[in-house]
Amino acid sequence: MEAKKTPILEVKDLSIDFGGLTAVSDFNMEVYDGEIVGLIGPNGAGKTTVFNMLTKVYQPTRGSILFNGEDTSKKTVVDMNKAGVARTFQNIRMFNGLTVLDNVRAGFHGREVYSPLAAILRLPSYRNCEKNIEKGSRELLEIFGLSSEADNLASNLPYGAQRRLEIARALATGPRLLLLDEPAAGMNPQETEELMNMIRLVRDHFNTAVLLIEHDMKLVMGICERITVLNYGMMLAQGTPEEIQADPEVIKAYLGE
Amino acid sequence: MSDKKKLPAFLSDKKYRGRLTSFSMVLIMYIVIEILMNTGNLSSLFTSLLVPVCCYIVAAIGLNLNVGISGELNLGQACFMSVGAFSAVCVSGSLASSVPDVPRLVISMIVGAILAAVFGILIGIPVLKLEGDYLAIVTLAFGQIVKSLITNMYLGIDEAGYHFSFVDNNVELIPGGKMLLNGPMGATGTQRISTFTAGVVLVVVALIIVYNLMFSRSGRAIMAARDNRIAAESVGIEIVRIKLLAFGISSCLAGAAGALYGLNYSTLIPAKFDFNTSILLLVYVVLGGLGNMNGTMIATIILVLLPELLRSMQDYRMLIYAIVLILIMLLTNNEMVKTWIQKAYLRLSTDRKGR
Amino acid sequence: MDFLSYLINGLGLGSVYAIIALGYTMVYGIAKMLNFAHGDVIMIGAYVAFFSIGDLGLPVIPSVLLSMAVCTVLGVLIERLAYKPLRAASALSVLITAIGVSYFLQNAAQLLWSSSTKVFPTIVSAGGISWNGLTVSWLTLITIGTCIVVMICLTLFINHTKTGRAMRACSEDKGASVLMGINVNKMISITFAIGSGLAAIASVLLCAAYPSVYPTLGAMPGIKAFTAAVFGGIGSIPGAFLGGLLLGVIEIFAKAYISTQLSDAIVFAVLILVLLIKPTGLLGKRIREKV
Repeated sequence: MEAKKTPILEVKDLSIDFGGLTAVSDFNMEVYDGEIVGLIGPNGAGKTTVFNMLTKVYQPTRGSILFNGEDTSKKTVVDMNKAGVARTFQNIRMFNGLTVLDNVRAGFHGREVYSPLAAILRLPSYRNCEKNIEKGSRELLEIFGLSSEADNLASNLPYGAQRRLEIARALATGPRLLLLDEPAAGMNPQETEELMNMIRLVRDHFNTAVLLIEHDMKLVMGICERITVLNYGMMLAQGTPEEIQADPEVIKAYLGE
Repeated sequence: MSDKKKLPAFLSDKKYRGRLTSFSMVLIMYIVIEILMNTGNLSSLFTSLLVPVCCYIVAAIGLNLNVGISGELNLGQACFMSVGAFSAVCVSGSLASSVPDVPRLVISMIVGAILAAVFGILIGIPVLKLEGDYLAIVTLAFGQIVKSLITNMYLGIDEAGYHFSFVDNNVELIPGGKMLLNGPMGATGTQRISTFTAGVVLVVVALIIVYNLMFSRSGRAIMAARDNRIAAESVGIEIVRIKLLAFGISSCLAGAAGALYGLNYSTLIPAKFDFNTSILLLVYVVLGGLGNMNGTMIATIILVLLPELLRSMQDYRMLIYAIVLILIMLLTNNEMVKTWIQKAYLRLSTDRKGR
Repeated sequence: MDFLSYLINGLGLGSVYAIIALGYTMVYGIAKMLNFAHGDVIMIGAYVAFFSIGDLGLPVIPSVLLSMAVCTVLGVLIERLAYKPLRAASALSVLITAIGVSYFLQNAAQLLWSSSTKVFPTIVSAGGISWNGLTVSWLTLITIGTCIVVMICLTLFINHTKTGRAMRACSEDKGASVLMGINVNKMISITFAIGSGLAAIASVLLCAAYPSVYPTLGAMPGIKAFTAAVFGGIGSIPGAFLGGLLLGVIEIFAKAYISTQLSDAIVFAVLILVLLIKPTGLLGKRIREKV
């Protein structure tokens, strides 16, 4: 393997307590530029909690998260996105009152910035930014096969399309790290296959590292370069797909004794 | 790419269509009413309602931005009208001798709008951080506070300048001076400088502001924050800031509307802008449809006129008004009626396409 | 001594607010709606008691019972006719309907009984207990006593009867309650019935203290009691009790020590402050959204 640069995400001894109950303890991991990493584990292992800490929806009780070599302990959800972390949600969170196109446009909020006054007065900065937003959004919809749905309400989309729209919206924010929370949930095998291609495309086309939580092992083993296994809030194993598949501890955690 | 013939944007896009309807509606009404007025075909009752209707429309459009677009319930819109109205009355009263009517009206409205916006932002900053219907309760409380404060303010002006007292009236003026605020009696002896044309201009300005905002980066962010707070934050939208923007503009419009209202009457009591007025504005917004500015305008016009049209029923009119309100709510939420309307609408639109 | 007498008067006024606030908070807890017509149910209760004592010449207790009966029926009727068809509708639609009902009741009262103020008869004799120069009127004692009795009965009912438990279950989770075989509609009706019955008691206590009856009588106590419910934590029964008492005390203190004209402004300013410091009210609980 070629020598890697410093990781874009570096998590050290991350822990969180909920009212005395430790949900995640001493979790460590790194993600490097342009990598696809899997985070797997049985239900209730604390995977989504890790995502919520990485995006600052929850404040970690202990430990540190370095993003791009920068300490993030003072950052908010919005700051994390501005720093370059975008995510999707396990229980889909669309902007239901907006059209598909506007959902993606909303993703450009922090990238193409003009003031409300410029909007009200329709100043040139409004026109320029809107032109860029329009172009970028159409491009993303095209990639995710949603162009024909652009003017429909997001809430009217079928389940699989909503998951893809969430990814498109997250990418619109221009992330360096994309967190996908069960992107294939509720998809049929063919849709999952397409999704795998899209995730690879995302990494190559947008030069974004991907960290994903997934239960579909075909997807995880198929596209992840490295995998971290979480069980009862603790890291159980870390390695390549082959190593993980052969790990007796992992097999025990998944199948029971 | 598509074979469809490209229509100009303002005809093909649904958003632009709504806007076009709004502006043409206002324009046509303005022309019709002006003609009726100039030919003497408008009753004095109707004429007297023109400016207030414009004021209510503007305040309701602002409220719709807050309730419909931003999704925050506001039970105190009238108090921002109140702030606008009484500050405008003071400004106009102070400038009465030095500035001609039209610029004085404009200046007063701008001052009223800015002051109302400042108040809105001041209470919005702490409140909008909280999740849930807190804005509703705090605006309700704030409405009571503003009413109570203005009821206790005494402000007079004479050659020596302003004289102010609070709770007890200690204002003593040199002869030739004038009371601007008179406690529970409010503003008296105001010079009436509001005009219907000013009202229509204000409606158009309000529509331009709200529409241009809605179809922009900020507007999308406001709606995103309404639909899903957590997802909105995750794409970098600062919830408090964006909700504050909606709330600030909403109060600003209410302030301007209040200013126009205040300068339309020679006397104005603080109790005019009480909880009931806030609720009335909310009724216009909900009946017109959340986020629907055309609906808001139509609902406001109908509901302001309805009690007047029912005047022949005399004592029963407010009772009928209440029943109509309840029935509309029950019917618009009734599944059978809903599907019937949808079917009728579908039939109508397919007919149109078939032609 | 002044301080103590103000405090007791404040508790008296607060007791009335607390009884009304219970109606708001219980309805909010189970139906998740702000019943803005609650204040007008108080007004109807006041009129019924007024006619029962004045015109029918009934003694006070039967009049209160009659008033309670009428209000209970009215409350259930309002719920059945106006709110029940809107179970699936948006909260705003329900709010507007409640406002419509409020207008309806006010204007119906005005048509039936005219808008002029009627003087409520004296039902509690003047005087009271004196101790060390501190005088507490009979009315204040009765009001505070009634509030305590109401609170105890309601707590027992909610915590120790099958219906009470079912009502709490509905407040927590309607869907699960249906699966448990609880008749949710019936529970909501019972809640409205209890709330409206309490409103009738409050109306008589209110009119005994401020003896004027008019169609918009319920508006201000309604808003204040709603404030009290939010103050204590909307949805919480002990919260409504505590919020009501505190609101009454703050109001009387504000009137006594600061300014009569500004007492309302002060009460609402305190509410805003409390909400900023403790957003869920004094005894409300926080529900965290799962991400």
